[in-house]
Amino acid sequence: MLKIKNLEAAVEGNQILKGLNLNVNAGEVHAVMGPNGGGKSTLANVLAGREEYEILSGSVEYDGQDLLDMAPEDRARAGVFLAFQYPVEIPGVGMSNFLKTALNDMREARGESALDAMDFFALIREKLELVNMDEKFLSRAVNEGFSGGEKKRNEVFQMAVLEPKLAILDETDSGLDIDALKTVANGVNAQRSKDNAIIVVTHYQRLLDYIVPDFVHVLSDGRIVKSGDKNLALQLEEQGYDWLKNESGAAVAA
Amino acid sequence: MANESVFEECKQWYLSRFQAFEDSLNGGAELPFHTTRKQAISRFSELGLPTPGNEEWKYTNVAPIFEQKYEVAAQSEADTDVDIGPFTFGDLSRNRMVFLNGTYSKELSSFSSEGQGLLIGNLSELLENDKVRAHLGRYANFTDEPFTAINTAFANEGTVVYVPSGLTVKEPLHILHLSDGSSAPFATNPRNLFVVEDGGQVSVLESYHQLAGGSYFNNAVAEIFVGKNARVEHTKIQQEALDAYHIATFNVHQERESHFASVNIDLGGRLVRNNLNVMLNGEHCETHLLGFYVGSGVQHIDNHTFIDHAKPHCFSNELYKGILDDHAQGVFNGKILVRQDAQKTNALQSNKTLLLTDDAAINAKPQLEIFADDVKCTHGATIGQLDDEALFYLRCRGIGKDMAEAMLRHAFVADVLEGIKDGALRETIDAKIIDRFTS
Repeated sequence: MLKIKNLEAAVEGNQILKGLNLNVNAGEVHAVMGPNGGGKSTLANVLAGREEYEILSGSVEYDGQDLLDMAPEDRARAGVFLAFQYPVEIPGVGMSNFLKTALNDMREARGESALDAMDFFALIREKLELVNMDEKFLSRAVNEGFSGGEKKRNEVFQMAVLEPKLAILDETDSGLDIDALKTVANGVNAQRSKDNAIIVVTHYQRLLDYIVPDFVHVLSDGRIVKSGDKNLALQLEEQGYDWLKNESGAAVAA
Repeated sequence: MANESVFEECKQWYLSRFQAFEDSLNGGAELPFHTTRKQAISRFSELGLPTPGNEEWKYTNVAPIFEQKYEVAAQSEADTDVDIGPFTFGDLSRNRMVFLNGTYSKELSSFSSEGQGLLIGNLSELLENDKVRAHLGRYANFTDEPFTAINTAFANEGTVVYVPSGLTVKEPLHILHLSDGSSAPFATNPRNLFVVEDGGQVSVLESYHQLAGGSYFNNAVAEIFVGKNARVEHTKIQQEALDAYHIATFNVHQERESHFASVNIDLGGRLVRNNLNVMLNGEHCETHLLGFYVGSGVQHIDNHTFIDHAKPHCFSNELYKGILDDHAQGVFNGKILVRQDAQKTNALQSNKTLLLTDDAAINAKPQLEIFADDVKCTHGATIGQLDDEALFYLRCRGIGKDMAEAMLRHAFVADVLEGIKDGALRETIDAKIIDRFTS
């Protein structure tokens, strides 16, 4: 589904990604972990199409298309979803209108007809339940005045509504208490299927107790320096990232 | 000094048109109000047109208005073939006064409101009415205002609404101005008078649209008297042709415990100037002046507001927002005068502008003159761009760039639109705004 080859990217003149390789197939959940500043958020933002990031070299193929050549909205319409680390507050844009516009733009792009008001609200109610959100959210402006936990649940709620093929969760666990973490994880797990893939970007192992990954990668200094299964996450939790510095040369060579 | 010759020529032209206008009035020139007209044209000939040297017109050069020759719209039979459908606001337009090129069309107008003593009609038919005579010309001072002087000199067509004490007019009144400058440029001087006596209530929607483009000049003046404990809601939408000129002056006079709310939306026009003058002449008055303007191309949109806090314990709230694209220019001048007697005044003013290009510009000037010592006055002005983070967020959810930008522009003015209390009207206007942003 996703093939990242030798990706190098910079922001504000600083090179952050320095030759990143990653393959993700349908049905898989990948965790990308690593120390702060290693490039985790850059990877998430580059995949979503944020314009401030400059691609220096490498390629990203998504479903046979050149992802880097696509506008952010075209990526979204093709099924790529970024759950933001810091969801943006947009005063004056109501949640309900926002979701309806997004959903119907995507349906149109897929050649489907727009949902009428009744079908739309039926869908929305079902998905709100999934993340334990009250209908009152719909009458508020997008993320405006939402607590940290509400913002993260709102991201997972949108993911549930838009049903992406490839979801990238950027530090969706940060700032969540354990109950909110479980709610968010349940919301994500409900969307796991053999047809879609999820990349979980996180600093801590904690989330991975609830969203159990098939693969764990360590991203440090702009490269994947180690890959393994879920046990790698546990090892990182115990030992931190320092021990990897000694192995990184070998991992890159491999 | 090209301006000077344009202005002199224009002045002479107005003076000559005044004679023709007098001749066309038949018996109308004998009415007492005609004395006021003559005083106005005489004052105009002394004042001339404002030059950029005039502080009130520093950022708005009116010379381009007069670079073409207009005809003063004649009192002819209005064309009743016009389809007003696209310019109505659903059920809200059931109660309507329609003007074609400044001339009242009885055939296209319609009334559903009734009430003992309620008066709605065209100015020319009501000039002799005692209620009209008691107020007409009292609040629109032309001593220093050339455009008010011109309007007063030619005042004959326009909407009169008289709401007697204690009457609530249930349905809003829509005043619809349609202009077609495609055959020949013309100038009109709509003159409105709204008098709402003690405890009365009325809501007025005034809209200006083009029928077929072309160049024309609408110079409107409204006088609004809000009696004790009366309420007036006024919404104005200006969607003139992009070759058209539009100057509108509102003179509001409020008595104690009255409530006046204005929402003023400018979407069209080559050069637009709104003057909103509000006199708070009694204690415990409340005034809301909300507005926004959207400019693109070479549009120039100027809002001048003046709130005169003459009495204590009044509250005024002002919020003006602009979205300027391409080479569009905006002006906001918000004057608040708190007189010595006006203790416990609470005056809020805010002006916010989005500049979408480097070539768009805004001249914003708050002007607070405070002579009382126990008052609360705040003002603020901000200039910004569309929020890139918000834009990216919307696009990441599959919303196209144009639509995402339109949503953010609409969001920027959402709090102004919320000032329109009538839900159905707000929704209809919302749809027109979204259209404007996505076109």
